[in-house]
Amino acid sequence: MSAAPTIAVVDYGFGNLRSVAKALARSRLSPEVTGDAAVVARADGVVLPGVGAFADAAACLGAKGLDEAVRASIEAGRPYLGLCLGLQLLFEESDEHGRTRGLGLLRGRIERFPACDRTGAPLRVPHIGWNSVRFAGAHPMLARLPREDHYYFVHSYRPVGADSAVVVGRTDYGGEFPAAVATERIFAVQFHPEKSQWAGKRLLDAYAAWVSSCR
Amino acid sequence: MLLKRIIPCLDVDKGRVVKGVRYVDHVDAGDPVEVAQLYDAEEADEITFLDITAASEGRRILLDVVARTAEHIFMPLTVGGGVRSLQDVRDLLNAGADKVSIMTAAVENPDLVADAAAKIGSANLVVAIDARARADGAGWEVCTHGGRRPTGIDAVAWARRMAEAGAGEILLTSMDRDGTRSGYDLAFVRSVADAVPVPVIASGGGGTSEDLAAALDDGPAGGHAQAALAASIFHFRELTVGEVKRRLLELGIPVRPPSVDGPGAVR
Repeated sequence: MSAAPTIAVVDYGFGNLRSVAKALARSRLSPEVTGDAAVVARADGVVLPGVGAFADAAACLGAKGLDEAVRASIEAGRPYLGLCLGLQLLFEESDEHGRTRGLGLLRGRIERFPACDRTGAPLRVPHIGWNSVRFAGAHPMLARLPREDHYYFVHSYRPVGADSAVVVGRTDYGGEFPAAVATERIFAVQFHPEKSQWAGKRLLDAYAAWVSSCR
Repeated sequence: MLLKRIIPCLDVDKGRVVKGVRYVDHVDAGDPVEVAQLYDAEEADEITFLDITAASEGRRILLDVVARTAEHIFMPLTVGGGVRSLQDVRDLLNAGADKVSIMTAAVENPDLVADAAAKIGSANLVVAIDARARADGAGWEVCTHGGRRPTGIDAVAWARRMAEAGAGEILLTSMDRDGTRSGYDLAFVRSVADAVPVPVIASGGGGTSEDLAAALDDGPAGGHAQAALAASIFHFRELTVGEVKRRLLELGIPVRPPSVDGPGAVR
């Protein structure tokens, strides 16, 4: 049996990434928390987790050359998994703490939830707790996931103006927003699988299977 | 839709669970790590540790407990109690807490909340408010030091101010009801929940599934809270989290349905 696929868990200098690493290890992957672009470049897959603010994360990725390493990994056909901020950073820009450019791999921008929903009722922000995600689309990971599952969210910003073709998971909070986006070599979610108990394990198991199939 | 949350809370003193743990199957009921794992297996929606250690040397013990717990659970962990500074917040997040709760320090230094929100973001920042009903019936008054020290501050106005300062959530405890198991103070919970644009966690008085349902109910007589925190109802093992959730679903409260109650305990 071959060794477990190596996963670079990109550390851009904020917070604790241990929970992400241990959840990946539970799904039989071999994670390494790293801020080293060379490690990112040679890993079988890249996970960009979600801690801190968009502007800080984008600046840190750029300063360490991690943005280029992540792009190169995706271009080389290695499966990318983005979690929370790791989804948001894929888009063109964000409004959080002033306008900041993201990786620009997906069309659309990151905006704060509105203060009211479509009916004018107040919307509590942040969006915190367990919400359902409805999956639809043609990505290898989706074949291993239920049509709908509950995941843990904690965020104040979400993508707006994404191409509907890349949106593979949808959630309602003051209206529908993209909870999961995917391209051929990208799968990214706005929620936290590492905090989502069995549903989260199912998703990370699906990522592990995808990474293995791409090696 | 966003579901209502059920959050077991553990009081932790010098690294041990101290309140109300009478009997837990196959686990060391005094070890927060093992109790947290049990609640994770029962599919609690989050867990909260409240550190009640008085001595300052207890901080290192708490950080160790948080780190060991985070290593073994796959659900969100909130830690509060004795958080005095931005460094305390950072230390707990770095140890593995997902959210940190600030209470007395926010009253003594309201700038701390705005400062912490700017540095770490609102989503990980909870402001805890302990309050008692005023004797004249004119609202509720914020207390500190375990409810012993009244501050003269109106709790509803304080909650609004803390949300404006950047609190991502309000953890609201009725000190009149805390430990009584006589039901949440619904008028209090509703007054705050209706006044702030952030989620509210109701605490203090939850003794039955019906109490939790009332706190979470969005109807005119309900508490309008987004989450209910409870301690004794779970610790005495009268009910599992799954049993409470099934009852809440019967009562029309949208919670995450239990999927693996029982067998889920097997990892």
